[in-house]
Amino acid sequence: MKPAPFHYEAPRTVAAALALLGADAKILAGGQSLVPIMNFRLARPATLVDVNRVDELAYLRKRDGVLHIGAMARHATLERSEMVARGWPLLRQAVRHVAHHQIRTRGTVGGSCAHGDPTAELPVALAALDARFHLRSRAGERSLGAAEFFVSHLTTALRDDELLVEIEVPPLPAAARTAFAEHARTHGDWAIAGAAVVVAPGHAAIALLGAAPTPLRASEAEAVLAAGGDAAEAARLAGALADGEWRTALTTALVRRALAEAGA
Amino acid sequence: MRIRLDVNGRRTEAAVEPRTLLSDFLRHDLGLTGTHVGCEHGVCGACTVQVDGEPVRSCLMFAVQADGRDVRTVEALADDGALHPLQRAFNEHHALQCGFCTPGFLMSLEPFVRDRPDASDEEIREALAGNLCRCTGYEGIVEAVRQAAREPR
Repeated sequence: MKPAPFHYEAPRTVAAALALLGADAKILAGGQSLVPIMNFRLARPATLVDVNRVDELAYLRKRDGVLHIGAMARHATLERSEMVARGWPLLRQAVRHVAHHQIRTRGTVGGSCAHGDPTAELPVALAALDARFHLRSRAGERSLGAAEFFVSHLTTALRDDELLVEIEVPPLPAAARTAFAEHARTHGDWAIAGAAVVVAPGHAAIALLGAAPTPLRASEAEAVLAAGGDAAEAARLAGALADGEWRTALTTALVRRALAEAGA
Repeated sequence: MRIRLDVNGRRTEAAVEPRTLLSDFLRHDLGLTGTHVGCEHGVCGACTVQVDGEPVRSCLMFAVQADGRDVRTVEALADDGALHPLQRAFNEHHALQCGFCTPGFLMSLEPFVRDRPDASDEEIREALAGNLCRCTGYEGIVEAVRQAAREPR
């Protein structure tokens, strides 16, 4: 099918984009989720604000050990970045599971987060990395953690007049190891369950994919692991957060696998 | 809206509705019907073209977004009637039957065979995972990509 007619705007700056936002405007980032649902006419925005020409949002930067990801940085850019692979290997591990190469060349980190699909890989990895989400509107700016930014299935804290401009990722703890594991029915398909883990001396982060309507941190399991506890017990506690017998079994197995890969 | 872009090395100007998909613009406005349209939601890969050298789904981009860009379609592969090495390899290895999916495979894999002469079979399989073929069972396609990647340029 074809999209319904819409009014099209392609601002060049963040300020110009913000001036266009409102209740009947939808932001078009990489379009790899929005355009399919427009083609199905499940979404019929009156105005499409295409931010693909807002060059000031397409960056990956490291400053004082902190990674700054511009919302329009493409999946493929993140995947190819040696700076990201060295400092935040979990992001490369996760992004390789995002759909296929031809999707990652267009898809953006910000778009993936703003879409709020609970089975998307990057939001889960960013939740495990304690990322901060920077939102801007004409009225000002605010910054949220993953737990506040992701609200529910396809729902984030973004208001109609707000644009996600940057995702900030703190440095990993010393000697940290990371891993990402997921299960999808076929390679590149939507994942059914998954886990992103960060393990370091005295530190553990476990974020789950598909266990809740948002990325979910398994805090009890993290505490067990950070205190030097057993990885199998941590995986059991994490898996118990998922609903239903098979999903619990699958999540437990994936957490176990990710923890083993990260040396826990 | 008026757009100006390069398509297969040719400067092109056109007026398009914002909702016109790049795939439809290439096929209907420019008559470049080598780009096929399958699922129209980014799954099958038949509509894959290259924009500024990167393979993308042309059904998930609006033509207005290609303004100022460089678009390559399957029509650009053969050089004055001589098949591109990847096309020749597809032919030799029976990597197509009905041919509907083939343009998408070729445009997805052309940069891959150029850049990855040492790709393993697993990497080849991953590289072609974003394109669906319902005829061949993929074995011939893997063989064709392997041959084209290894071929000295």
